[in-house]
Amino acid sequence: MNGARTLATAARVLRQLRHDPRSIALMLLVPVLMLTLLRYVFDGSPHTFDSIGASLLGIFPLITMFLVTSIATLRERTSGTLERLLAMPLGKADLIAGYALAFGAVAVVQSLLATGLALWFLGLDVIGSPWLLLLVALLDALLGTALGLFVSAFAASEFQAVQFMPAVIFPQLLLCGLFAARDSMQPVLSALSDVLPMSYAVDGMTQVLTHTDMTADFVRDTVVVAACALLVLALGAATLRRRTP
Amino acid sequence: MMNNPPEEPPPAVHARGLTVRRGTGRRPRTVLDAIAFEVPRGRITGLLGPSGCGKSTLMRTVVGTQAHVTGTLDVLGRPAGHPELRSRIGYVTQAPSVYDDLTVRQNLDYFAAVLDPGRAAADRRRAAVDRAIADVDLTGRATALAGKLSGGQRSRVSLAVALLGTPELLVLDEPTVGLDPVLRRDLWNLFHEITETRGVTILVSSHVMDEAERCHDLLLMREGRILAQDTPEALRTRTHGATVEEGFLRLVDEANARADARADARAESPTGTLETETPR
Repeated sequence: MNGARTLATAARVLRQLRHDPRSIALMLLVPVLMLTLLRYVFDGSPHTFDSIGASLLGIFPLITMFLVTSIATLRERTSGTLERLLAMPLGKADLIAGYALAFGAVAVVQSLLATGLALWFLGLDVIGSPWLLLLVALLDALLGTALGLFVSAFAASEFQAVQFMPAVIFPQLLLCGLFAARDSMQPVLSALSDVLPMSYAVDGMTQVLTHTDMTADFVRDTVVVAACALLVLALGAATLRRRTP
Repeated sequence: MMNNPPEEPPPAVHARGLTVRRGTGRRPRTVLDAIAFEVPRGRITGLLGPSGCGKSTLMRTVVGTQAHVTGTLDVLGRPAGHPELRSRIGYVTQAPSVYDDLTVRQNLDYFAAVLDPGRAAADRRRAAVDRAIADVDLTGRATALAGKLSGGQRSRVSLAVALLGTPELLVLDEPTVGLDPVLRRDLWNLFHEITETRGVTILVSSHVMDEAERCHDLLLMREGRILAQDTPEALRTRTHGATVEEGFLRLVDEANARADARADARAESPTGTLETETPR
């Protein structure tokens, strides 16, 4: 691993993004608009908005970065630039860390906007520190980047890559506790939700929502999300082959 | 500027019994069939043959990106795919592999940073990028997005990336395909200049036979085998053809005749082993 090559890769990914202002606008504004929409959907029950809103602050970065990374790495594979890079003295870890760094930076901006809007304009009632919300959002973004990178290895086209979104993200969304408490689900589903990383992302947000201090549960949740992200990143690295058939 | 040692320098690429199988399933296809060849140093070796004969696979094998390779293949004194070779070989794939959403200069800046990283090397990188852009005659388009360029210009950006970092071996997969005659002539002049002034070895593929005359050495390929390795003149003389194309066609006819004879022989003794053709 080489720090300069990692930074060069991150700078290159951000430079590519800069030539695509519409994507930047979509990444930054869609979460903000959805939260605003949600606030007025639950106009009569602010408590529901608090719990769902906080969960969504964790889910948005995960979904956005999943989509962006899976398409970006797929384009890297199909355009031949990946083969070229791997024929050059670039470490796989440099490439992956470069992507994670670039999209992590985008996720920070996205989360700052969404969290700031939710807390100060939409009246989201959070007892804990907003910085902890931001930390969970960043880890979720990293998890999304990792999942996207991994999944892109199994997609032959952008058409397929987009189809992986419902396949990988929707089950987690249904089981993460957003729609029903996880312990009230059918036991098999409840057990399944215990092994899906998004459950911990949402639990972590809920901990910040309801506690002033960092709880042991919060620490466990963030560690699980971070460990999952690193594991999937390592799996993603294994799908980058210098020699291909 | 290379000092030519008194003895013959070892070849840049040396292959014996090189076999590549592609495709999954019970019957993988043999794309390269126990071939042997050499690419001499400091010269332009043209790899010629019809589309689908295995040229791209052979080039990927030399670069070290091809999987399922058996046999011996030494590149610049190392086994192909050795990590040390990654900064010594410049590789241009058939389809231009550059980022369409970056400008020409941004593309080259990034690949230069991969080859020669660190802030201390920034000046050296800038000089290398300027030279590569000038080499492929794109100085006027340096700030244009690669995706907005014409097909020929994009393939020249791809070539410029390979010229960064002064490689010892350039592997160029059909770099002149789809270019107009003037650009093709300019590129061939550039290839000759690079071999003469920078001592670079070039392995270049083409399916256009008239480009054969511009190479120092030729490897003629057909259906995963090397039909002949020779200089253009020797090939014409040996086959009594007026052009390399005629010579190639004559060799193909001979090979077909031999294949038919072998097929007949196999029909008589089903356990007979497959012979391989050795290049002369």
